[in-house]
Amino acid sequence: MSERFNLLTPGHSGCAGCCDALAAKYVLMGVGEDVIVVNPTGCLEVMTSPFPNTAWNVPWIHSLFENGGAVASGIEAALKSLGRKGNTKIVGIGGDGSTMDIGIGSLSGAFERGHDILYVCIDNEAYMNTGNQRSSGTPLGASTSTSPPGSVSYGNPTHKKDMTRIMAAHGSPYVATTSIGYANDMIRKVKKAAETVGPTYIHSHAPCPTGWGFDSSKTIEIAKLAVETCLWPLYEMEDGEVTQVRKVKDPKPVEEYLKAQKRFRHLFKMEDGDKEIEKIQKQADRNIEYYGLNK
Amino acid sequence: MKITNGAVCEPGTAMANKTGGWRTYMPVFDYSLCIRCGICETVCPDMSIFSDVSSADEKGRFLRKVDYDYCKGCGICANECPKGVITMTLEEK
Repeated sequence: MSERFNLLTPGHSGCAGCCDALAAKYVLMGVGEDVIVVNPTGCLEVMTSPFPNTAWNVPWIHSLFENGGAVASGIEAALKSLGRKGNTKIVGIGGDGSTMDIGIGSLSGAFERGHDILYVCIDNEAYMNTGNQRSSGTPLGASTSTSPPGSVSYGNPTHKKDMTRIMAAHGSPYVATTSIGYANDMIRKVKKAAETVGPTYIHSHAPCPTGWGFDSSKTIEIAKLAVETCLWPLYEMEDGEVTQVRKVKDPKPVEEYLKAQKRFRHLFKMEDGDKEIEKIQKQADRNIEYYGLNK
Repeated sequence: MKITNGAVCEPGTAMANKTGGWRTYMPVFDYSLCIRCGICETVCPDMSIFSDVSSADEKGRFLRKVDYDYCKGCGICANECPKGVITMTLEEK
């Protein structure tokens, strides 16, 4: 066997077909090895650091759920104060729970203070680490352990929070959405964000085979379907303006995406489930209209 | 086990966990179909597919090999391969 070196090593304990491992791999491919990774609690943290081992070949620190942004800004401020910042990138990598729910306060603070950090949200649309509880990233109609479908419920009753635009509203010079289904797109955007001075944000869609209920070989296929059905638009925003959009020729109906996952299975069986699917299709249509995805 | 100050871990030591034992289906390559695009290496979540440096062709493109010590058999490589080079076959131990 030849000598191999990975910034994230094999031997981590992520599930087969893990989306977080792929996302972390692409982030490191984008930023390179001169980096300090801040990792709030989540699947990625748990599976890559079974004490006394770690899968990281770069400096890495675990923060709590709620203070990923604060720890990242503290490292940046300390390095600057010691005159040792150089080209070192400080990259926060958190899940949707630590980014969109629990950690949004400290992340908002870090962006408002204008620290030179990159924050990447790996959005698998629920708290997968603790058993698939819903988060504010869970989409409409998805079944999770805290939003089960039944006689009075069609699954998660709310739409996904638009986190990317919330971060753009902080006056960030660069925010972008990306997906692990498009590796080159993701690596390019991470690189661009890391090179941009100031607080930058990348929101990556990441389908979880265990939580969403699909075969482990389909992780990337499902990620691509989300983009092809326009439920997950890929765009970049610079200084608050949308500057680039990935076009989708002939968007597919959302049923194709929903049918492939167990978490939406009830929508095809329940009476009036089709009305919920219509609502989800409307969201896709809105994305097409708003971002001009098919023009 | 001794816990250091700050619970510091040495880098890359997760390599001690040979996760290949999780596997049920193993990826098997048919190199006669391979176009050396490297997609399988990019999409592997376990960094278990690597370039075989000795296989470089005139354009410097490599064939890929699997490190069965770590491959969990998820099958993403077989699903994403544009040429159907990789088949997942039931592993008998």
